[in-house]
Amino acid sequence: MSGKIITISSGKGGVGKSTTTANLGIALALLGKSVICIDADIGLRNLDVMLGLENRIVYDIINVVTKQCSLRKALVRDKHCSNLALLPAAQICDKSAISEDEMERIAREAAEQADFVFIDSPAGIEHGFRYAVKPADLVLLVTNPEVPAVRDADRVIGLLEAAGRAPVQLIINRLNPELVRRDVMLDADSIVNLLAIKLVGIVPEDPAILIAGNRGQPVVLDKQSLAGKSFRNIGRRLTGEEIPFMSLQAPSWLQRIFRFQR
Amino acid sequence: MRFANLFRQRRPDSDKKIATQRLQLVLSHDRANISPGMLEKLKDEIIAVISKHLDIESDQVCVNFQKNYRETRLVADIPLKKHTGRSKRV
Repeated sequence: MSGKIITISSGKGGVGKSTTTANLGIALALLGKSVICIDADIGLRNLDVMLGLENRIVYDIINVVTKQCSLRKALVRDKHCSNLALLPAAQICDKSAISEDEMERIAREAAEQADFVFIDSPAGIEHGFRYAVKPADLVLLVTNPEVPAVRDADRVIGLLEAAGRAPVQLIINRLNPELVRRDVMLDADSIVNLLAIKLVGIVPEDPAILIAGNRGQPVVLDKQSLAGKSFRNIGRRLTGEEIPFMSLQAPSWLQRIFRFQR
Repeated sequence: MRFANLFRQRRPDSDKKIATQRLQLVLSHDRANISPGMLEKLKDEIIAVISKHLDIESDQVCVNFQKNYRETRLVADIPLKKHTGRSKRV
């Protein structure tokens, strides 16, 4: 078996890479796929807390690189889905502890054991970014509807194109439909137009994401949440299903009044 | 909708539009790896070279980036002076 290796990247920090990785990992596991999530942000690990697995970690990626333990032994099984596992980042080392080739070897080994391997890339465009995208079959670029985030995303696309690397697809995270309606926030069309890459999903801003992060229960498990549904839809698109984009248009005040009357 | 536009038109550019325009400019400079100042210098040099051979309206020259999908090109729009060449000799 050789699964698909998908790296989640962004350039800019804080746009929701780890949130996206955790949620897409669970989304695909819920679809019955076997999934391994690799936290590549060595020194600043966070995917473990997003998934609520911080108390179960024994080994980390550096133990696997230095052959102190096998990949299988270092994997932490998820508590929500038994077919999802996490390879945690090391917390006391820094990014120079791992080379591009070593990351590629680990990701390929993981892909032999799973249908999907997600690599949560560190922010920035330095060594950590380079080793995270090296083994990727697909790079999912996460951005926010803000000028700095879109600019950094464009920079990452340029770097990946120049290196002849994997295809890049876009996820717009934290879109606020109400602000878009009032013409104060960049809309998805403008961003896709500027970046000129394929869009795989739009995730609306949703307080449920914050709460999910606090509890270590990714929002994708929340059937009520719109953001959760977005992540489930992206998961299905990654398996090749054609899912139309949800309408995220916020109702205008007139529509709201009429809805109230009905 | 048209009624709403009556009010909208009086307002300055929306924040969304400003953000889009600023991004467009920043991205074209980022992609071409040239700063706005350097582009201005390049424009002056182009004007100097072209002026050697042609009479041009140097204050109307427009040098800018045009984006098509992920390909960027530098486009120079250089208007010639109206009475040049043959008409000058008359």
